[in-house]
Amino acid sequence: MSSSYELAAVLLVVAATVFIGAFGLRLSRTTSDFYVASRTVSPLWNASAIGGEYLSAASFLGIAGLVLVHGADMLWLPVGWAGGYLILLVLVSAPLRRSGAYTLPDFAEARLESMRVRRTASVLVILIGWLYLMPQFQSAGLVLRTLVDVPVWMGGLLVASVVTVNVLSGGMRSITFVQAFQYWLKLTALAVPVVFLLLAWRADGAPGIADQDWLLPLEGSRDHPVYATYSLILATFLGTMGLPHVLVRFYTNPDGRAARRTTLAVLSLLGMFYLLPALYGALGRIYAPDLAATGGGDAVVLTLPGRVIGGMAGDLLGALVTAGAFAAFLSTSSGLTVSVAGVLAQDILGGGVRSFRLATLIAVVVPLALAAAARSLPVADVVGLAFAVAASSFCPLLVLGVWWRRLTETGALAGLLVGGGLACGAVIWTIASGPLDGWQGALLAEPAAWTVPIAFGVMVATSLLTPGRIPAGVARTMVRLHAPEALDVDRGDWRPRRS
Amino acid sequence: MSERRVVVTSPRTRAATRPRYPATREIDEQTRLGEVYMRSLVRSQLRLSLFVCTVLACVVGGLPALFLLIPGLRELRLLGVPLPWVILAGLIYPMFVGCAWWYVRQAERTEKDFAELVDRR
Repeated sequence: MSSSYELAAVLLVVAATVFIGAFGLRLSRTTSDFYVASRTVSPLWNASAIGGEYLSAASFLGIAGLVLVHGADMLWLPVGWAGGYLILLVLVSAPLRRSGAYTLPDFAEARLESMRVRRTASVLVILIGWLYLMPQFQSAGLVLRTLVDVPVWMGGLLVASVVTVNVLSGGMRSITFVQAFQYWLKLTALAVPVVFLLLAWRADGAPGIADQDWLLPLEGSRDHPVYATYSLILATFLGTMGLPHVLVRFYTNPDGRAARRTTLAVLSLLGMFYLLPALYGALGRIYAPDLAATGGGDAVVLTLPGRVIGGMAGDLLGALVTAGAFAAFLSTSSGLTVSVAGVLAQDILGGGVRSFRLATLIAVVVPLALAAAARSLPVADVVGLAFAVAASSFCPLLVLGVWWRRLTETGALAGLLVGGGLACGAVIWTIASGPLDGWQGALLAEPAAWTVPIAFGVMVATSLLTPGRIPAGVARTMVRLHAPEALDVDRGDWRPRRS
Repeated sequence: MSERRVVVTSPRTRAATRPRYPATREIDEQTRLGEVYMRSLVRSQLRLSLFVCTVLACVVGGLPALFLLIPGLRELRLLGVPLPWVILAGLIYPMFVGCAWWYVRQAERTEKDFAELVDRR
């Protein structure tokens, strides 16, 4: 009976997403509209849209679940996911916008003047995108199965279909409006129930948490907590800048200055949101500790309103969080699909609106199949692995590309292949074999602490060994990346290739 | 051979009337001076960015080390909430926003100074 409210909420979110998306239909007619909404998106919309796109199932459901299971060490996860924007702000936001690139491969091409680096970057974008999409579809399946008696793959299929229709009909413009709406929906869907939960908790005599080890950092149930904590910090803080769906949003800012201000706004919006999941984790430890034992941590956000409050109010609040969860699946999947499809269409299928449509289908179907085939790990863990891959490949490329003139084509290529390759290897191993024990398991499950330094080291060392391969136009590119737009200087004539 | 009349002018006068060579052109033509201008901009922005990153690394990297070296610190309570939770689930977010706000101000100031330096006629 309670599930009927939740089902209605899910359908409402899906309908609203399609409806708002349809608004963008008349507005997007040319290829340029499809890709970046013609750069006419205002800063507040843009910041909300980045927030909406970024807060995935991992943030909405996964953090609370991992906090419930593993305790205080997992608080670093939201800290890193928000703090990553601070690193992004200070190291890359304005230069990246000024580069004029639409996508990460565009940036690689503009900076290094090399098609080989561009293609390598494209492959990495697609891999990271799929790795990120897969757990979104899996969680959608798990959530839908708790509401109606359908197979797990149905939820993923539902989300995938809505995303495909939306992306195909509106492109980026509609996605921007959808995303902005999703951020505020997700914030409301976590914030309103938590107020009622806390009131119920106080009325209950404010019971404390008996398990002291759970409350303390570095006492968690995982092996080698110190290594895991530092590796997690490295992956999340440095991985954010390398996520394909985050960067594509920066091109919708009018200039570098606006890109910085948008990032500041995003950081504020995310800081607000990330205060909430830890509360769910802690309340879950009091009222739903059984979920930790049965491996159902990801369900804690959805379960708490019904358990703690109950009755009609509990049902309605449960419907609200379920709506938020679906908003999370839809928004992140949409953003990722646009990014992956854009890169697939341009670099592999030859460009144009028609290949963008085909690319959209491929971008969705592959992770859907992976979601059905792969084992189900906690959603925030899999998303964490995507961050580790991004931190070990795109982070060195962007940071060195923006600030270091001596980066060479060969160096960039070597760093991307070694860093990205090692991180991908660790990810595949972890997903295929399940979590291992001991040091081996810790090193593979949290690879960033060794793959990121290796990636930076290889990129720098190879560049120093191949000084002849420094791009000819590096001085002009530096002017382009760093000179404020108000100055009338020659920024070179590189333009991202559009069909 | 007849005398040829020549115009005699002071080199100082000519120097004074010649239009200034704007710094943006030095940058466009990638002269040594133009390179110096650009490198100074990139270097001051990089110094600012690395400063923020260092502060962040000390705070974020220091916390687990602190909890490891002084275990008693983890058990301190503020209004009944353990200190690690107060910091990691609360105070650290306003700190991020504060750092970001300060950085944006400084970076815009650097760019304004650079624009004034390069654009003056």
